[in-house]
Amino acid sequence: MTSQPIDDSVRVVHRRPIEWLPYILSLPALLVCVGILIPFITALYYSTLRFRLNLPALKGFIWFGNYTNLLYDPEFWNTVGVSLRYTAISVGVELLLGLIVALLLQRQTRINNMISVLLLLPLMTAPAIAALMWKLMTNPNFGVLSYLVSLAGISDFRWASSPSSALFTVILVDVWVYTPFIMVLLLAGLRSLPQQPFEAAALDGVPRLFVFFRITLPMLSPYIITASLFRLLDAIQQFDIVYAMTQGGPGNTLLVFQVRAYLEFYQYTNVGKSAALLVVLWAITYFLSNIFIKNWLRLRERSHASA
Amino acid sequence: MTDRTKDLFDAYAAGRASRRDLMRGAARLGITAASANFLLGSSAIDAMAADYDWQAQKGTAIKLLLDKHPYADAMIADIENFKKLTGIEVTYDVFPEDVYFDKVTAALSSKSDQYDAFMTGAYMTWTYGPAGWVVDLNEYIKDPKRTNPNFAWDDVLPGLRSSTAWNGVPGGALGSADAKQWCIPWGYELNNLTYNRKMFDKAKVSVPKNLTELSATAAKLTKDLGGPYGIGVRGSRSWATIHPGFLSGYANFGERDFTVGAGGKLKAAMNTAGSKDFHKQWVQMIQESGPKNWSTYTWYQVGTDLGAGASAMIFDADILGYFENGGDNKEKGSLGYAAFAANPAAKAPTPNVWIWSLAMSSFSKKKDAAWKFMQWAASVEHDLFGARKMDFVNPVRASVWKDEQFRDRIAKSYPGYLEQHDVSAPGAKIYFTAQPLFFDVTTQWAESLQKMVAKEVPVDEGLDQLAASIDKQLREAGLG
Repeated sequence: MTSQPIDDSVRVVHRRPIEWLPYILSLPALLVCVGILIPFITALYYSTLRFRLNLPALKGFIWFGNYTNLLYDPEFWNTVGVSLRYTAISVGVELLLGLIVALLLQRQTRINNMISVLLLLPLMTAPAIAALMWKLMTNPNFGVLSYLVSLAGISDFRWASSPSSALFTVILVDVWVYTPFIMVLLLAGLRSLPQQPFEAAALDGVPRLFVFFRITLPMLSPYIITASLFRLLDAIQQFDIVYAMTQGGPGNTLLVFQVRAYLEFYQYTNVGKSAALLVVLWAITYFLSNIFIKNWLRLRERSHASA
Repeated sequence: MTDRTKDLFDAYAAGRASRRDLMRGAARLGITAASANFLLGSSAIDAMAADYDWQAQKGTAIKLLLDKHPYADAMIADIENFKKLTGIEVTYDVFPEDVYFDKVTAALSSKSDQYDAFMTGAYMTWTYGPAGWVVDLNEYIKDPKRTNPNFAWDDVLPGLRSSTAWNGVPGGALGSADAKQWCIPWGYELNNLTYNRKMFDKAKVSVPKNLTELSATAAKLTKDLGGPYGIGVRGSRSWATIHPGFLSGYANFGERDFTVGAGGKLKAAMNTAGSKDFHKQWVQMIQESGPKNWSTYTWYQVGTDLGAGASAMIFDADILGYFENGGDNKEKGSLGYAAFAANPAAKAPTPNVWIWSLAMSSFSKKKDAAWKFMQWAASVEHDLFGARKMDFVNPVRASVWKDEQFRDRIAKSYPGYLEQHDVSAPGAKIYFTAQPLFFDVTTQWAESLQKMVAKEVPVDEGLDQLAASIDKQLREAGLG
């Protein structure tokens, strides 16, 4: 067999055919992304305007004027404080309760499986409906919870109508609705943990508390962070429960970001200020979720390494 | 329908026969009450149709945005007569009041032509009007080609006509010569005392005549009744807390929300000495004798507590007391009504009013058809139907208030209601200053009230802070 010499003047270039499939498969996600970006960019634009629907003559660019006004507004700092307190307490309590319940239901028995399904029922309730239910249950005239509290010797407990107990009441509703969510995630995590470390610990007679704090919790931490992140993103954007119960009152006790932004637009028709509040909320959410995701990645690496 | 039957009902509709003659004639002709209703409606429609081309937009369809309210119920019950009169098809969406105005804002701000006409209140038009969302109805009312000659605009109570007209100038008087008619009155409520007569008899108290007596009576009722609280008033974080009994009492002392200075600049006036005194009395009354969860109370809770016997009296909309005296309520038949002047030195009550009105969307593509509907819904005939047969109180027309059948029905089932209305009506109007930041101001005012009642801030300091904050917002908006 002879080989033919290659003529330098004729080169055959073999190009790889373009792979269209990844682009086609990504197209729906891209469209959704564009769909999300359009209102986001619109909100950014509106936040740079002095724009009230009932004072159209005043409309104009004020660039960061809405943001600087917020910085000097004590009501804004109250909103930041209330939103962060609401988020921290509700997520913290839900995490604790969800973990306890998940630990109790860890063993796969028929009754445990049935209870874990029943405990999901509050999660099936729309938060606004749950808030209205709790509003009735806490009515001082006929509410069952007011009655039970009075049996414990506490009369005249004002629940959501007093500034001192309003935050407690709405957090209670939030915990009732969303603890099952944390419970389900952690339960799935617990049941998916490898059994070898626990068997080894049992063989060595390691105390249960030690097993829990030094084996279970570290291995479960990626799930804890995931559950916390989901709840954090939801809690800091809370609207339904607060609005249904008190519309942000009494006073400004429960004026969280979403409620305030909603009132600024729908009641005061102040589009610029409403948009600015939502952009600030986005910034806080982005910052907090970044922290969580970095920690989640670090813990996931560590748990893979130890496995 | 025989000629004799038609002639009988036509004669009544045209005012040639009295109600007694109608009843006798109907009985002789063997006509049942249900048939009589329909025949009456038909005759009224025929009377309306005689002078005006109601069929000019025949075949068109319009869509309404309605609040869940007895006024809307009354209109829906009679809508077939409108369709028969005009050949216009009508569809509608009904929303509960909690979310209704948010829906209106969403629909109008998006410049949607989905709705042609909608229910509104006068305060809302202080936003909708300057934003260009609603039509100035003067172009219809003053045009004889577009408005039927029997519309009788002057029959609408003058205080209500002027309260729904504003020239768009912050601080400008309502109903001024250059005012635009942003909406037409449909039904209204003034504020009075509705009280439980049985509870008053049990506690041996009489109807209070001023704010000091109101507080003292409420405190005695709370103490002596062993369960119900003395006085129900609204307390939610909303403009609706300021506008009913609160502002009616406030205005009776000559106090205002704003003063209008040189160049039409507005200045908050909630922190005058007189205002502080009034607020102190009001706050103390709520703390001593109001509902325990007052800060969550809307008109629903105020009304249902009265109807359920959980409160002894309310200082709120007269129609709220009217509705609670009927239906399946526990205290049905036990409620009494009294006009109320909070200031002992005042000559008469000064009730602030809420006027449910009809407005036309600027974005409607069927404005003429929408105006046909609005004329019909606000007509003498429909007002009479609602007042006589449905719970359409309070009607906005002077002629309906003189109607014998309406007055007899009210006097029989709601003793004292007509008297309190007749005493209160001359002073009944909107006592707010018309300006575009109405909702900002009143919501913040309600928020301050909540803080004062909760003892988070002393009254004097709270009002000084409120006035300062409002003045700042006015300056930023170029109004102060």
